[in-house]
Amino acid sequence: MVAPADSTVAAYDSKVEGNIIFTKMDAAINWMRKNSMWPMPMGLACCAIEMMAAACSRYDLSRFGAEVMRFSPRQADVMIVAGTVTYKMALAVKRVWDQMPEPKWCIAMGACASSGGMYRSYAVLQGIDQLIPVDVYISGCPPRPEALLEGMMRLQRKIETEHSFTEQKKELIAELTA
Amino acid sequence: MNAAQMADALKQKFGDAVLETKEFRGEHTLVVKLASAKPLLAYCRDELNFDYLVDVSSLDYMGKEPRFEMVYELYGYGHLQHLRVRAAVAEDVEVPTVSDIWPTANWHEREVYDMMGIKFSGHPDMRRILMWEGYPFHPLRKDFPLEGKPSDMPDVGFTKTAPMADGPFVTSAGTGDTVTREPRSRRPTE
Repeated sequence: MVAPADSTVAAYDSKVEGNIIFTKMDAAINWMRKNSMWPMPMGLACCAIEMMAAACSRYDLSRFGAEVMRFSPRQADVMIVAGTVTYKMALAVKRVWDQMPEPKWCIAMGACASSGGMYRSYAVLQGIDQLIPVDVYISGCPPRPEALLEGMMRLQRKIETEHSFTEQKKELIAELTA
Repeated sequence: MNAAQMADALKQKFGDAVLETKEFRGEHTLVVKLASAKPLLAYCRDELNFDYLVDVSSLDYMGKEPRFEMVYELYGYGHLQHLRVRAAVAEDVEVPTVSDIWPTANWHEREVYDMMGIKFSGHPDMRRILMWEGYPFHPLRKDFPLEGKPSDMPDVGFTKTAPMADGPFVTSAGTGDTVTREPRSRRPTE
């Protein structure tokens, strides 16, 4: 048996009988995670309309495994902050984010969620990244559904690079090696 | 009776309490004393059939006395006439509520209180309506900057100042006329 090279994330040896796949825990976990991202749609303004369009049949977000919009944060993996985050709404967004179980990711969709956009005013939080960590920023006012799909794909690529097992399951590894 | 006749009738009925009647492009405005504003408005609804209070708003003439002014926009669905009633309000003076005349004034007056800081006496629910309870400022006052002021109420809300420099949508307030104040009048090279 030759161990798979580092550059490959999975290898199939046809000489081995049965459906055996050699891979790394990180790669397997990431593969499962990235192809089943359930979004928490935090629709706050016009970006939410484009987000709905992205989930509908023409753009079809389900091609990337992200069609299951969950309005309960406890069932969601990725929060799509779509729209203008006012200060009055900001703490509610933070609270919903805190209720999402790990691992979780955040997409700041559009100019307002990324930086406050055109709303340079007393009422608007100047970017949701002041309250919660953002993985992907999507430009546009509002972004087209294709842009949201691109953001989703970028997030998938980002998830691929995570060390899901070795870094996020340290206690389990310590237990297994003890 | 059209709006002009109604304005005259109000002037006759309330005499000195009506300080001024104006007409601009078919819209009639009464400037009245604050003390007699409420009986006048009640008369407008009961006798002149202004059954629809379109809007209650307020103005801030910072630097002048009295500083504020209340504006009531009236409309009647029976006679289809529009009338505007204005009354000057000094700082720290409470305005009698009209929410017992038109229930819709309840939220309008809460907005005026939230944004301008004018309180209404007799109002059944004098709370903020847009900002949260405890927010220390009244944002539509002239001495409140557009970028906001920092505030912090733990677990309730907070605000920070917004960056205003070089924003593509930022007007140059206080300079020139409305054309030169617009962002599009600033060339990209500037």
